[in-house]
Amino acid sequence: MAQVAIQPGLFTAPPQPRLLAGQCDGCRERHFPTADFCPYCSHDAISICEVGATGTLYLHTVVNSAPPGYDGPVPYGFGLVDLPEGLRVVTRLVAPDLAELRSGLPVRLVVEPLYRDDDGNDVLSWAYGPATKARR
Amino acid sequence: MSARAVYVRGVGLHPFGRFDDKDVTRLGQHAVRAGLREAEVGRGGFQAAFCGTVYTGVAAGHKVLTSLGLSGAPIVNVEAGCASGGAALSLGVSQVASGECDTVLVFGMEKMPRGIIRSSFFPPWCEKAGLTPAPAYFALRARRLLQESGVTREHLARVSVKNHGNGVDNPFAMYRKPLTIDQVLASKMVCDPLTLFMLCSPNEGAACVVLGATPGPVGPPVRVLASVVRSHLPGSALGEHTPMAGRIADDPPSPTELAAREAFHKAAVGPADLDVVEVQDTDSGREILSIEELGLCDRADGGAFVADGIGERDGRLPVNPSGGLLSKGEPLGASALGQIVELTWQLRSAADRRQVEGARTALGHTVGRGANASVTILQR
Repeated sequence: MAQVAIQPGLFTAPPQPRLLAGQCDGCRERHFPTADFCPYCSHDAISICEVGATGTLYLHTVVNSAPPGYDGPVPYGFGLVDLPEGLRVVTRLVAPDLAELRSGLPVRLVVEPLYRDDDGNDVLSWAYGPATKARR
Repeated sequence: MSARAVYVRGVGLHPFGRFDDKDVTRLGQHAVRAGLREAEVGRGGFQAAFCGTVYTGVAAGHKVLTSLGLSGAPIVNVEAGCASGGAALSLGVSQVASGECDTVLVFGMEKMPRGIIRSSFFPPWCEKAGLTPAPAYFALRARRLLQESGVTREHLARVSVKNHGNGVDNPFAMYRKPLTIDQVLASKMVCDPLTLFMLCSPNEGAACVVLGATPGPVGPPVRVLASVVRSHLPGSALGEHTPMAGRIADDPPSPTELAAREAFHKAAVGPADLDVVEVQDTDSGREILSIEELGLCDRADGGAFVADGIGERDGRLPVNPSGGLLSKGEPLGASALGQIVELTWQLRSAADRRQVEGARTALGHTVGRGANASVTILQR
């Protein structure tokens, strides 16, 4: 069956994925996801850059029951990851044991199926997981 | 700016809770009738009306005032997330202060969907990706407090115990049973470190504040010294505008910090002058963060503020004597005005068993989606 991205333009394909961030050609601030206008200065010339192969976990929690509209597995991790490129991103978190999540943990980007849509496609989304562990 | 004094002429409140037999217009009617009755204002007696509401739909305030034969003046419905009532109030205050109106009707009302609030705020893919649940964002802010402000899980529980204890004495609150720290900590884990009893419930209710250039007929005069709304600055990944990313570098001042600075400046008072406050407590961590951001304690001192019992009803600065949103529940459009009603009662020494003795200067605060924060300072 086919694999489709949960939304175009968020990330590059596995096995070595990157997030696609926008960088303003005016003020040089980065943002994610990419936008037509810079959310810092409203400039309209935006370059796309690949970021976030690895990062550092800043804050995390665990979502124990599925929120409205979400068809992926529960419980799942949720938090903020600091990227070496200067961005702090909101992200789902995966780990063999969610209890091992802690601030400062080195993490690595994964892109993997999150749920199957009504057409039978595996829908890919991104998450961060412990960098020391092999991808699940 | 030289501006006229603005007074709270009258207040009205519909209890916060779940009322399956009443539609939102009925809730609004109740609060508006109570507020206008107390203010002794009738048809033709106000020159503008502002209605705070989020989920109610087209011309919500118009339906209330039409049904009561009170239309004719401009009616403006105001949506600013959790600060909708605060935003409606600030518009009303500016109308009176500027001399544009002598009397303004401000009210707010809501019937919230049940469960986790589903918002049209996010693009659909964010919901599908699991990036939207509000309690998860609350939990991240709470964990930041655990890491950076000396806050413990027991402190989080203690805030909830305090507010539920205060709510026991509030006939307008939804939850009126006392809780223990153990009960709060043992309740279902929603998003670590927040348990179920550390989170407020979205619910239903309505509140009304009638503003005037002269004091109302009831109680000692209560003046609105400042009524400020501010939105966010870009950059904070954990800001209430819930972006998908931000800077790692220092966060800019939050909407609450911006609104508080401006409100204290306009009112020419400082945190040390306050006798009683009602702050946003959508979760117990949020109350502590609000206290820090409002400057009621130093940043990173939130844990000590709780540990020292400063916000208890008999503490140096009682916080949420009404029971807060944790006890009352949160009807978005009404919650900020519900605070103003409570604080008006406090300043009139009319808060019954919840009364903070001798309260003279009070502050109300809300913050949420948008982002928006409102800060209101009242004085008798």
